[in-house]
Amino acid sequence: MSKEPVAVVGIGQTKHVAARRDVSMAGLVREAAQRALADAELTWADIDAVVIGKAPDFFEGVMMPELYLADALGAVGKPMLRVHTAGSVGGSTALVATNLIAGRVHGTVLTLAYEKQSESNAMWGLSLPIPFTQPLLAGAGGFFAPHVRAYMRRTGAPDTVGSLVAYKDRRNALKNPYAHLHEHDITLEKVQASPMLWDPIRYSETCPSSDGACAMVLTDRAGAARSPRPPAWLHGGAMRSEPTLFAGKDFVSPQAGKDCAADVYRQAGIADPRRDIDAVEMYVPFSWYEPMWLENLGFAEEGEGWKLTESGVTELDGDLPVNMSGGVLSTNPIGASGMIRFAEAALQVRGQAGDHQVDGARRVLGHAYGGGSQFFSMWLVGAAPPAS
Amino acid sequence: MTREIAVVAFAQTDHRRTSDEHSEVEMLIPVLHDVLDQTGLKTSDIGFTCSGSTDYLAGRAFSFTMALDGVGAWPPISESHVEMDGAWALYEAWTKLLTGDADTALVYGYGKSSPGSVRDVLTRQLDPYYLAPLWPDSVALAALQAQALIDAGETDEPALAGVASRSRASASANSHAQLRGSVAQGDYVVRPLRTGDCPPIGDGAAAVILAAGERARELCERPAWIRGIDHRIEAHSLGVRDLTDSPSTRLAAERAGAFERPVDTAELHAPFTSQEVVLRKSLRLGDEVSVNPSGGALAANPVMATGLIRIGEAAARIHRGESDRALAHATSGPCLQQNLVAVLEGDAR
Repeated sequence: MSKEPVAVVGIGQTKHVAARRDVSMAGLVREAAQRALADAELTWADIDAVVIGKAPDFFEGVMMPELYLADALGAVGKPMLRVHTAGSVGGSTALVATNLIAGRVHGTVLTLAYEKQSESNAMWGLSLPIPFTQPLLAGAGGFFAPHVRAYMRRTGAPDTVGSLVAYKDRRNALKNPYAHLHEHDITLEKVQASPMLWDPIRYSETCPSSDGACAMVLTDRAGAARSPRPPAWLHGGAMRSEPTLFAGKDFVSPQAGKDCAADVYRQAGIADPRRDIDAVEMYVPFSWYEPMWLENLGFAEEGEGWKLTESGVTELDGDLPVNMSGGVLSTNPIGASGMIRFAEAALQVRGQAGDHQVDGARRVLGHAYGGGSQFFSMWLVGAAPPAS
Repeated sequence: MTREIAVVAFAQTDHRRTSDEHSEVEMLIPVLHDVLDQTGLKTSDIGFTCSGSTDYLAGRAFSFTMALDGVGAWPPISESHVEMDGAWALYEAWTKLLTGDADTALVYGYGKSSPGSVRDVLTRQLDPYYLAPLWPDSVALAALQAQALIDAGETDEPALAGVASRSRASASANSHAQLRGSVAQGDYVVRPLRTGDCPPIGDGAAAVILAAGERARELCERPAWIRGIDHRIEAHSLGVRDLTDSPSTRLAAERAGAFERPVDTAELHAPFTSQEVVLRKSLRLGDEVSVNPSGGALAANPVMATGLIRIGEAAARIHRGESDRALAHATSGPCLQQNLVAVLEGDAR
């Protein structure tokens, strides 16, 4: 049996900042949702269902916030689902929404992900003691730094690669009006001179802590035909999970990431990702994850990812632009971060990415991961409808 | 042509007041093995896995990531999670099967209410700016709803006591239930609700396997076909809702096709006796329908699994040939804010 084709016809996000003290959580999500509706030239009445995602409830201290947010998202009288798959949640949320359309349950669905980190303290939220379990009190950077070290040792990558990624992403962010960090005076030297936090990860190679929301309106073939602006078409989407800790785990290049990408490429008919995909918006919270994911996603042979970064291939005007929006390194409302990646991929193939638009972007990959490199979600969107 | 999807296996724990000696993973593993054994499937045969839980019961972020280890998640699996009752995880799995991307799905829900005060914990799901700071707890909010029903002449305290005693008498036949047989109605907790009108606090888990089309017939002698499933949410604020009614339940039931033909069984997720009164009205259930033959949430209420258990219990009756058309209901949020209805049928005999 064939699936209903799924199209992205509306995208909205907030200006991401350290603290949105002017709005409640309801105000924040509504702002993004209204922008997505405006982009699609639809109203609340056109939405059949709402799928919302965010990272742990402890980040804001509200249990199952979808209950309280139902009114703000026009969901009263409609179905509302709440997804939570750790850091990959923004991507997973969008994929759950696509299934509602692909399975012909609904015609038009609003999907949204957010985090209002200023309401609480994410580091505290992640550090609650667990009886009889080794706590990860070093924070996310402390968990990931050894895996970056392992990557450097395994590939022989020079220790300058991480700073190149950060410098590129922060410059890309200057072209994105919604990005959190706008460091107008950024230089490579400044990145390299920033304090070492978790060796080899420097301060300027880490993501900020943001308030923000991202929303998309997804619809079926009939809905896409009515779209006032070019839709982005879903060509493939997948999720994969593996345990955080187990003896055979490859933290540098997890099998779940490879399998997830392979599933997406199979669905999309991608034979050679390096040749067939025009740009990639990937989840890079620490700069070294760009070369690591380039290999994990099949854009480079094992051990070769850093060479793409070093040679400028991943620059905005390079042969394979990566993180055109400025990426997670410039904007990180955790629960929304995955959806922002997916939304950026869609913006690119719609030709709506403004100053960070990649010329001729026809097929773009959006990527998210979460947990201890444990959960993966990805989608590939195209300017043209899928073949089948 | 819509794909036919059925519940082909269901398992649950014995629900208990505490389970200090077991982690969540240890609590889950037996039920996961149980449903897999019933179908002869291995984890690697499952096309999609989805779970429902809430971090707030465990008191820590990302608690579901540990529970996933119980599935034996290697090689990597296609998997998702809802921070909701497992019934909504089943809904997500159902949509995944509808797309044709998978033929089988493993769904589970679990919760350990024993480590904390679930009454206090649930206050954290209220509007964080205006309502939650006042700490109105789940029993107090349910009591408002019960009083509204009594004031409207829709029930009275003896009738509520009748719901309690009928539920726990039914649970006598359910070896998994926590409160069974003759249970005293007790003192007031929050007027007009007495101990007997409230659910027990306990720990538990449940798992279901879904399968599509012919695969379902291979895995189960009498599959419980999901003829319709839908869920709806209402406004959060109690002040803008008529607490004596549940329009979201009625709409979900309509969309699920519940009113097209009579059902013989209804498993309702009504943790408070008064909520059964509201649901019976919204679902137009007459006395001829067997309501909560398992004992329902008044006999066992493992938060985050209770709704999934309703679907599982309804399906199991169809598997056993005790029902031909059953309705299952799950709820989330204060005073029945969000409701899911599924209609299950067995093949004609």
